[in-house]
Amino acid sequence: MTTLIKTKSEAASELSDLSVSVSPHVKSGESVEKIMWTVVACLLPPLILSVMIFGLRSLLITMIGVGSCVTTEAVSQRLLRKPVRIRDGSAVITGMLLAYVIPPGVPLWMPIPGAFMAIFVTKILMGGIGFNIFNPALIGRAFLMAGYPVAMTSAWVFPSRVDAISTATPLYVMKHYGISGLVEKFGPLSSIRHDFFLGIQPGCIGETSALLILAGGLFLLFKGYVTWHIPVSVLGSIGFFTWVFGGEAMFSGPPLLAILSGGAMLGAFFMATDYVTSPNNRTGKIIFGVGIGALTVLIRLRGGYPEGVCYAVLLMNPLTPTLDRWFKPKRFGTRVS
Amino acid sequence: MKRSATFPRGGIHPKEEKHLTKNLPVEVMPLPARVSLFLKQHIGEPCGFAVKKKQLPPINEEFLFTARHPGAIYQLLVNKKERVSEGELIGSIGKKLGANLHASVDGTVEGVMDVPHPVEGKAPAIVLATDPEAKPAVYSSIDWTRLSREELVAKITNAGIVGLGGAGFPTHAKVAIKPDVKMETLILNGAECEPYLTCDHRIMVEHGDEVVEGAMILLTVLGIDSCVIGVEDNKPDAVQALKTAISQNSSSLGFKITVQPLRVKYPQGSAKQLIQSITGKQVPEFGRSLDVGVIVQNVGTTRAVYQAVVLGKPLYEKTITISGRGIGRPANLQVKIGTSLTDIVNYLGGVKPNLARVVVGGPMMGAAVSSLDIPITKTTSGVIFLARDEIDTRDYGPCIRCGFCLDACPMGVEPNMIGLYLEAGRWNETEQFGMNACIECGSCAFVCPAKRPLVQFVKLAKLKHRFAQRESKKKQP
Repeated sequence: MTTLIKTKSEAASELSDLSVSVSPHVKSGESVEKIMWTVVACLLPPLILSVMIFGLRSLLITMIGVGSCVTTEAVSQRLLRKPVRIRDGSAVITGMLLAYVIPPGVPLWMPIPGAFMAIFVTKILMGGIGFNIFNPALIGRAFLMAGYPVAMTSAWVFPSRVDAISTATPLYVMKHYGISGLVEKFGPLSSIRHDFFLGIQPGCIGETSALLILAGGLFLLFKGYVTWHIPVSVLGSIGFFTWVFGGEAMFSGPPLLAILSGGAMLGAFFMATDYVTSPNNRTGKIIFGVGIGALTVLIRLRGGYPEGVCYAVLLMNPLTPTLDRWFKPKRFGTRVS
Repeated sequence: MKRSATFPRGGIHPKEEKHLTKNLPVEVMPLPARVSLFLKQHIGEPCGFAVKKKQLPPINEEFLFTARHPGAIYQLLVNKKERVSEGELIGSIGKKLGANLHASVDGTVEGVMDVPHPVEGKAPAIVLATDPEAKPAVYSSIDWTRLSREELVAKITNAGIVGLGGAGFPTHAKVAIKPDVKMETLILNGAECEPYLTCDHRIMVEHGDEVVEGAMILLTVLGIDSCVIGVEDNKPDAVQALKTAISQNSSSLGFKITVQPLRVKYPQGSAKQLIQSITGKQVPEFGRSLDVGVIVQNVGTTRAVYQAVVLGKPLYEKTITISGRGIGRPANLQVKIGTSLTDIVNYLGGVKPNLARVVVGGPMMGAAVSSLDIPITKTTSGVIFLARDEIDTRDYGPCIRCGFCLDACPMGVEPNMIGLYLEAGRWNETEQFGMNACIECGSCAFVCPAKRPLVQFVKLAKLKHRFAQRESKKKQP
């Protein structure tokens, strides 16, 4: 059906609702919402596995984490008279990531203060999405580590025993008893690698399964939402530095175990690649990733904690603007060819 | 076939949508009742521009008709109610950079009026009422190879030819190269990387021989012998047509004209990107094509050169694409310059009820218009009638620093930072992010997931800079 325009006045009335804007007039189908909800979907498989090995409690804690993050965002944006942006899904991601990096045996209220620190202090007070300096979920975890250290470091659940008996994480065992201690507790090395890769190991709710995190991460790579630079440089440098310094002699550490245990995988694919708090330039990304890897290994081997991914990412986050200033895109025509 | 060439940095792949019109032969639109010819359809001085209104108008017997217009006085070659014939000179080039203007129809001069303009809001134009009885003008061809270089340039100048790709730079000025400049290659731009547009495609398919002939004329004027025609490889029939035309024609005159297929990637047809795709050379930042010994001409312009030199026909007709899902019947049309969009819409069966936006030019760089009283100009390459589901009017949000724009930008500019600085009121610091290197191709805004109007930010920053410079100049003396 078409409309013929015969006179000027007809044209004016017919076209009164024409929209105008500056070019371009066609756009790609991407949107912030689409990206964020895709990330949420990529984060779901580790949660399902977590429910299978740690029980329904991990689902409950994740739901409380997501609920408190979304509520914090909605309430604080309303109170500060800013547009409420909970539909973009970024608070959901923060809630999931926050729950994923706390042990499954913590009290159920635990994510709530973490969510307040993550969303209100780290994100909203900094200016909202796009303006935070630190990764919100990791600030939430760091706050919980500082405020509730006992719960955060002892509420581990041993897979296959559904009752919450406190146990030790592989990284803790490795730090204090060496590889021999690890073999004693978790079985021969080959089966450890296999189990850890699948995700059957004590650890935080969503970080145990390298396989499922890898699957989600690879999907994000395939979609073009993240590039390989940060995950590869983080994991590569964790493996490399562990290999060099992590054994009883130099060059004898277990690189694969280091990548498969603790928060290395989740950190490399979902924490360090956060758009806002990581550099945009490829060179900057690799330096950023290697920095995270080096700091992680330093904390794991020489620091007071068995795991260091969280602090390593938080320490590299504020370097992002500087790295972006140092490594800028090459302007067309500035190189004489 | 040679491997398709492309430029290495940035670029995007919008939906092409060329299938709507690419197989439709160019049809000649019937004469409109009225045409409006803008006095300025090119870069430079408007036709007949005499003085700014603040100065006293000098008396010049040569000009018959003085049009008064807010801000300026124009002295034109025709008078009110005067009869003009198709192809007659009605506005002439001044002392500065400019281009001639010709009547596009037989008819009567109604006067100089303010006519809606796609970019400037309103602009002065000569309005002609068409004589419906008039017969089309007839041109006979001549052997141009006997003409001297100066005669060729004079013919191009007289015909009022400007760059038809969109920029509108007067062609006679572009080919007038100082003898100390080392020229190597003439590149013909047949990339047509804008989605929807197919007018250059149809020109190459239907008039490949005229494009090749025009290229030979331009090569003669430039005094060089090598020409590369760049065509995106989604137009294999155009590549074939040009190759056939070359094999039938140019060998006898000793020119080296080749066709280079280019990979489909926007903005392949941007001069700097095109030169890099074809020659591998980078035009220096803020430099010109000439700095690397290259001149780029649009294929439509080249055909106009052929028509001007061989047929003696001035530029007053234009092949344009009318497309999009909001128009009754998409088409490739040959129209008289000055035909209004209303006439075109009526000829093509009206607009559809879901029409949401009318864009003059391509959808990536064209201008959205709010009225259909706008006439076609020399630089209009098409009009796209976009339906509601073809545009994205979602509101924009804060920058999430995904860096997509940095990867999409072919110039190495940082649109994200320009936008953030502008929003923070620090537009005077945006030069460091490449504000002036931006070619406004729109790749950044195309990919932005937060829907940020990055091109608008850059344009605004440029504008503020220009105003600030003007202010500081005023204060100095």
